[in-house]
Amino acid sequence: MNTQVVSLKEHIPHRAHASKKDFGHIVIEDVEIVFGKGATSSQAVKKTSLEIKPGEFVCILGPSGCGKSTLLNSIAGYVTPSSGSVRVDEKAVSEPGPDRGMVFQQYSLFPWKTILDNIAFGPKVAGRTNVECSSIANTFLEMVGLSKFAHKYPAELSGGMQQRVGIARALANYPSVLLMDEPFGALDAQTRLMMQENLLSLWSEFGITVVFVTHDVDEAIFLADRVLIMSASPGSIIDDLHIPLPRPRDPAMATGSEFMALKKVCLEQIRAESLRAFEQQNM
Amino acid sequence: MSKLGRVANAIDDKTVDPEPVEKATGVEKEAVYTHVSGLSGEDVAKALGALLSQAADELRRNATTIFLSLVSLTLGLLVWHLATSYKVDFYINFQNVPSPAKVFSAFWTHLGDTEFYIHIGVSMQRILTGYITAAVIGIAAGVFMGRSKLVRSLIYPYIEVLRPIPAVAWIPLAILMWPTEEASIIYITLLGALFPIVLNTLHGVEQTPEVLVRAAKSLGASQLQIFWHVILPSALPSIAAGLAIGMGVSWFSLLAGEIISGQYGIGYFTWDAYSLINYPDIVVGMLVIGGLGTLSTYAVKLAMKPLLAWQKRAR
Ligand SMILES: Nc1ncnc2c1ncn2[C@@H]1O[C@H](COP(=O)(O)OP(=O)(O)O)[C@@H](O)[C@H]1O
Ligand SMILES: [Mg+2]
Repeated sequence: MNTQVVSLKEHIPHRAHASKKDFGHIVIEDVEIVFGKGATSSQAVKKTSLEIKPGEFVCILGPSGCGKSTLLNSIAGYVTPSSGSVRVDEKAVSEPGPDRGMVFQQYSLFPWKTILDNIAFGPKVAGRTNVECSSIANTFLEMVGLSKFAHKYPAELSGGMQQRVGIARALANYPSVLLMDEPFGALDAQTRLMMQENLLSLWSEFGITVVFVTHDVDEAIFLADRVLIMSASPGSIIDDLHIPLPRPRDPAMATGSEFMALKKVCLEQIRAESLRAFEQQNM
Repeated sequence: MSKLGRVANAIDDKTVDPEPVEKATGVEKEAVYTHVSGLSGEDVAKALGALLSQAADELRRNATTIFLSLVSLTLGLLVWHLATSYKVDFYINFQNVPSPAKVFSAFWTHLGDTEFYIHIGVSMQRILTGYITAAVIGIAAGVFMGRSKLVRSLIYPYIEVLRPIPAVAWIPLAILMWPTEEASIIYITLLGALFPIVLNTLHGVEQTPEVLVRAAKSLGASQLQIFWHVILPSALPSIAAGLAIGMGVSWFSLLAGEIISGQYGIGYFTWDAYSLINYPDIVVGMLVIGGLGTLSTYAVKLAMKPLLAWQKRAR
């Protein structure tokens, strides 16, 4: 995998001389998110404050329905907080934008565009020339190891390949933040492991900030510098767990004692929250 | 899969063997490049051979079907011939129905007759004007309704009220409203095509997966770019269906209009033959109408095909 990523720096001119510390600083201040108005309104995210440093890999972990996607969407700009503010690199978030790349759980490639054109979409709508677009797209396609499929359509690729294209497409805009909402949730265990390693090597090459939503404890610990554990709905961050495992991470670590200890901490909190969520739903 | 698809695959076999799902990447890259060494004569021969055996296969597989269709059609013609030559009058009256031979000879004569082509030309022109206008208005209205609640609540009531009224029922009012008969006929043609196109476009636009719109937004696309790159292509299969249905309805409406008013057009030709007691021409007119309708619907489908090519690949 690493062999494909070596030449990356040459292709990212505006990052080549920028230190990793410059981009992708996320500040969430007193954010509260309520859906609906009046009597039918429901609180999805309780008042939350949070800072994510440039280049950090942060996982948001919590039971399903707790508000992980909602919180992530407020960083992406799809959801406007009812109160509080979200800032990325000192700029208040008001709408989605190419500085924050997004990878979804559902396959979200454009089915009518070839793989290459999917990846070239960002540069294209930014007004780059066709030559630039295809050169950028080819670079990123090679990075995710799918050059052979440049002229195929998304439906001709497996789920894992489609997600790799989705990541390449988001990165092709040179975003400062990569937001991922359970991107590997639909993949089989084997593929998922490979995708996780793949993602980590892209991340270390890019020095990009990643906010990764998952409900899988192993996935969160394996990937993250920090795991933010969310409470059951309405969601709030109940723990901010530092993951001191050395990098590069190796799947073999998952059986080590340090990993196990971290997993135990996470599982206990998650179990308590899942139980609460379950009781809430059955009331 | 189409014949061409098979042929393309025969060539593909030689160049790119699609990666079995999820292998470690990079390793097999070398292997692939050594394969791509240009096409040899052998490949082309292989492809041609595949095409020919494909065609033969298909013919053989469908031989029975084709044979039975031909037999059935011949029988039908024979019944028609017998019914007319014995002047059968058993509730349905064949006394004034022209025989197949008379219809054929009338058709043959008309082929050398300029006036016949003028009738066809006039009808085609009306279809083109009415249909294209309907397509432009219909697609635009459908798209705006699909993306804006305001536009939708303004336009949709009209659709609800007007759609149940067949275009044909508009004829008297249309003649009163429009300055020329020509304009009123085109209006009827337009109206017939409009509703299937609007409704199918609306449906297609509404079916656009929201996640694709979101993806486009986060990639920096503007509203216009989202429309052009996401909403329109996503709605295209449904729009294409609406256009094909609209073409059929627009012929239907045109003929009604031409029969009731106008001095040219294939509908007028058919009705005029009845008035002039020129019975073989009635059937000639009918057959021409059927043929033109089929051809124009086919033309619409053919025109949409390249735009929908990506759907084929999805299976
Ligand atoms: N657009 C919306 N309108 C109303 N309620 C919503 C909306 N999006 C999410 N919710 C509600 O907010 C809560 C959190 O949802 P979500 O963030 O998707 O959870 P998660 O991603 O953790 O599974 C859920 O109860 C969900 O029903
Ligand atoms: Mg979610």
